[in-house]
Amino acid sequence: MGDLAGRATLEPPGLPPSTPTNSCEVRPTVSPMARSALAPNATPPDLIRNFCIIAHIDHGKSTLADRMLQLTGVVDARAMRAQYLDRMDIERERGITIKSQAVRMPWAAADETGALTTYCLNMIDTPGHVDFTYEVSRSLAACEGAVLLVDAAQGIEAQTLANLYLAMENDLTIIPVLNKIDLPAAQPEKYAEELARLIGGDPDDCLRVSGKTGEGVEPLLDQIVKLLPAPTGDADAPARAMIFDSVYDTYRGVVTYVRVVDGNLSPREKIVMMSTRATHELLEIGVISPEPVPGNGLGVGEVGYLITGVKDVRQSRVGDTVTNAGKPAKHDLGGYRDPKPMVFSGLFPIDGSDYPALRDALDKLKLNDAALVYEPETSAALGFGFRVGFLGLLHLEIVRERLEREFGLDLISTQPNVVYDVVLDDGKAVHVTNPSEYPDGKIREVTEPVVRATILAPSEFVGAIMELCQQKRGSLRGMDYLSEDRVEMRYTLPLAEIVFDFFDQLKSRTRGYASLDYELDGDQVSDLVKVEILLQGETVDAFSAIVHKDKAYNYGVMMAGKLKELIPRQQFEVPIQAAIGSRIIARENIRAIRKDVLAKCYGGDISRKRKLLEKQKEGKKRMKMVGRVEVPQEAFVAALSSDGDKGKK
Amino acid sequence: MSPSALPDGDPAPASGRLPASALEGLADIDLGIYVHVPFCTVRCGYCDFNTYTVTELGGRGPHGAAVGVDTYADVALREVDLARTVLGDQSPTVSTVFVGGGTPTMLPSADLVRVLDGIRQRFGLASDVEVTTEANPDSVTPDSLRELSEGGFTRVSIGMQSAVPHVLATLERTHDPDNVARAVSAARDAGLQVSLDLIYGTPGESLSDWRRSLDAVVALAPDHVSAYALVVEAGTKMAAQVRRGEVAMPDDDDEADKYELADELLTAAGLGWYEVSNWARSPATRCRHNIAYWSGTNWWGIGPGAHSHVGGVRWWNVKHPSAYAARLADAVSPAHARETLTAEQRHDERMLLGSRLVSGLPLEEVRGPGRTAVAGLIADGLVDGTSALSSGRVVLTRRGRLLADTVVHRLLAP
Repeated sequence: MGDLAGRATLEPPGLPPSTPTNSCEVRPTVSPMARSALAPNATPPDLIRNFCIIAHIDHGKSTLADRMLQLTGVVDARAMRAQYLDRMDIERERGITIKSQAVRMPWAAADETGALTTYCLNMIDTPGHVDFTYEVSRSLAACEGAVLLVDAAQGIEAQTLANLYLAMENDLTIIPVLNKIDLPAAQPEKYAEELARLIGGDPDDCLRVSGKTGEGVEPLLDQIVKLLPAPTGDADAPARAMIFDSVYDTYRGVVTYVRVVDGNLSPREKIVMMSTRATHELLEIGVISPEPVPGNGLGVGEVGYLITGVKDVRQSRVGDTVTNAGKPAKHDLGGYRDPKPMVFSGLFPIDGSDYPALRDALDKLKLNDAALVYEPETSAALGFGFRVGFLGLLHLEIVRERLEREFGLDLISTQPNVVYDVVLDDGKAVHVTNPSEYPDGKIREVTEPVVRATILAPSEFVGAIMELCQQKRGSLRGMDYLSEDRVEMRYTLPLAEIVFDFFDQLKSRTRGYASLDYELDGDQVSDLVKVEILLQGETVDAFSAIVHKDKAYNYGVMMAGKLKELIPRQQFEVPIQAAIGSRIIARENIRAIRKDVLAKCYGGDISRKRKLLEKQKEGKKRMKMVGRVEVPQEAFVAALSSDGDKGKK
Repeated sequence: MSPSALPDGDPAPASGRLPASALEGLADIDLGIYVHVPFCTVRCGYCDFNTYTVTELGGRGPHGAAVGVDTYADVALREVDLARTVLGDQSPTVSTVFVGGGTPTMLPSADLVRVLDGIRQRFGLASDVEVTTEANPDSVTPDSLRELSEGGFTRVSIGMQSAVPHVLATLERTHDPDNVARAVSAARDAGLQVSLDLIYGTPGESLSDWRRSLDAVVALAPDHVSAYALVVEAGTKMAAQVRRGEVAMPDDDDEADKYELADELLTAAGLGWYEVSNWARSPATRCRHNIAYWSGTNWWGIGPGAHSHVGGVRWWNVKHPSAYAARLADAVSPAHARETLTAEQRHDERMLLGSRLVSGLPLEEVRGPGRTAVAGLIADGLVDGTSALSSGRVVLTRRGRLLADTVVHRLLAP
């Protein structure tokens, strides 16, 4: 309780426990904590180690990172406890992990003779989900090494594996670490074998830690110093710094995180973003430890943040190279890519009057999300909304959740679809981001995006996974046993199938054991058609879908059946049809309602009856009219929802 | 199997006093009194009414007040006292009294008469007062009915429900179907008007079963018929049976067929509809107490769980008989909560309730867009075109009565 009471009097967190000049400060004991930190812009690259932690979502990355902050004295034990308590609420995930895209930590390591040298460790955070492969690749490119952190009770997951491969492609030095060794269910031997098989080396080289108890974390910090190469670069060359993250902050504008490769950046100088040639003044430059500490610049190998006063992350893009305006570099660092939306969905406010609020909310989110694109869309069934492009399903889910949670909007999102390129017989090409844009004329060819998917699962599910991938038009690229009972399968699959319900199906057929990762892998020509859904003869654009010819019938039957269940009976019969062009492929009927009156009104309880009426009146407001048919919002939501994609990381 | 839940509302004052606005014009509005008798010998599986068996009550209730069949009349009369105090000298004489339940005829006729006498003493009864009691065919005799008639009762509403044994069995009604005819003729001999209550849509009831019940009703030539579609209420034994798949949920289409058949056969037999679920031999034999509910006049509900309405204030009593008795013993109003209707709520209720009557709604009371909806309702065959054109009233067709909720929503269109 004393600690809790003490929280109120904690010193402000912005005060770093050891400032660069304060070299004689003696701190209470946690063993080889550095007595002094190295000053930014004056640190020899030899003494810098840049690393990231690659881990699956719940394998304990944040806990390990916190423990490192504590052991290196960047956050003191008391503040750490408070921070740990904060983790109970929503700030918990955001607290340290969001603020610490790149934390600079001092660490004194002993050489062979036992002499202590203080090093500067930069821990760079990586976004941990499937849609942000590009951002991950930039974070990795900012590092020389990676800690591969795996839950000793669960083993590696597909997501981690994909990032591991990415790290290996980037020539990063990998330090395999098993976490949560304090758990009774931990099987460190088994998973050490698995990791050794994946990255080569001896299972005994696999470190074992517990982020929770702190066990093994000090040796890990020593190993980071020992095993990871120091950064190299030309200190005298024009500056080249790579942007690996860019975050909008209400008070500061965009905060850009960079890794300096060559040269040097100083406050007040003019800098140039090499992809856009835009020039900005460096208002502030510094390091995070664990709060932003402005300094006099950043030199070769260093990692830090810069602020130029821009208000939109599009002006400071991940992957871009920053150079000096006065002495610009000739070549950028390479690897910059414009974010390209791959999945589109219509977002419509349930209450039409929320349309301006939705527009404002999207405008705000855009400031912090360079990949978010949108344009107004009008749907006969859903009214005014936006066609929004996302990097992938998870990105969609995150944006939607933020719109609903942070901006209080109730939204309908239409069935997500991928982009198609349609070439008509007359040679005209149409880029389709919305089924309603699908051309009517004679079609020569349709191409759709495909992904390279990696699936990890216990080997008993190989058959079930193969069957599923077969149904989803996948082709097997390869398969490897990670251990006796775990398999890695590699497939090429149409992105549209992933977007539809692949993850759901995969989870249900493997009782939740399979994990999935994928990345884009070009386009393929496919036999695709547009299936339209008609209510009482009127097309409901929201339910239209572009599907493979062999799946059209199934989609039609499924959607017609679903709608029959979801749309309440009306005063008249409502036929539901699924059609390809003018050909009807499925049909259901909603019979006319004949009775809705409540016969009695017991004992004069009119209140109950009126309340029912008031509730129904409220319900009416949530009805959309399709011709004469009243369709409840819930029907749209339920018919369009792809539930299974929730929670995928 | 708890009886249906009470609505939420605002707290009611211990004195039971009403705001002055509710009492405005009190003298000029018909006043009805409902008396709830919360006792039954057994609880039927479909029933969610506020009623208790002797076993359930176990003699002394949880609130310590003795309450039971033998003492109930005195407890109820205390609330009649309260009603008289609250309504004051402006109160008109009582136009209608309706004793419902439960099974009112679980009380000795003398007690029912004593309650009526109490009402007469405190309020006075209008010269043409209508006094009804519900009755179980098994718990009335020629003598008890004569006693009621002599005591001032004018009508008896007999819970027949069905003439078909397997339907009665599913409803867990224990009465002997033959007793219905005996009760009807005894009531008539006693000079009472007779109404028969029916339920349709019971699981397992075929259309021909229902026809058989209707034929039996027509043969008995009652003055009045109420026919209610079975509603499976949450918390009842029947709801549990439906959930377990033992009986089928009543089907709206089947109930629609049965309603149409009832309306057809009853109309042919000279019983005309005057409210969605009620038919009468002539305007004179319509149940005026029932009409009061739909036309929004004033009534005071006596008894546990009873609902009241006076001048735009609705309230409802605590449900348990012993809690009810305890409140009255402490000279505290038994009202559990109340609500004061807003102008919009009163309008909604007017549309909701008035549209159910054969007299319909005057067109001028239907507001703006709702009024333009009337043409569409006529075109859809839900509202009678002739009444609308010739007398300016919105009257439901047979189809419209079945879809009354739809009609009301369209009349209330924003």
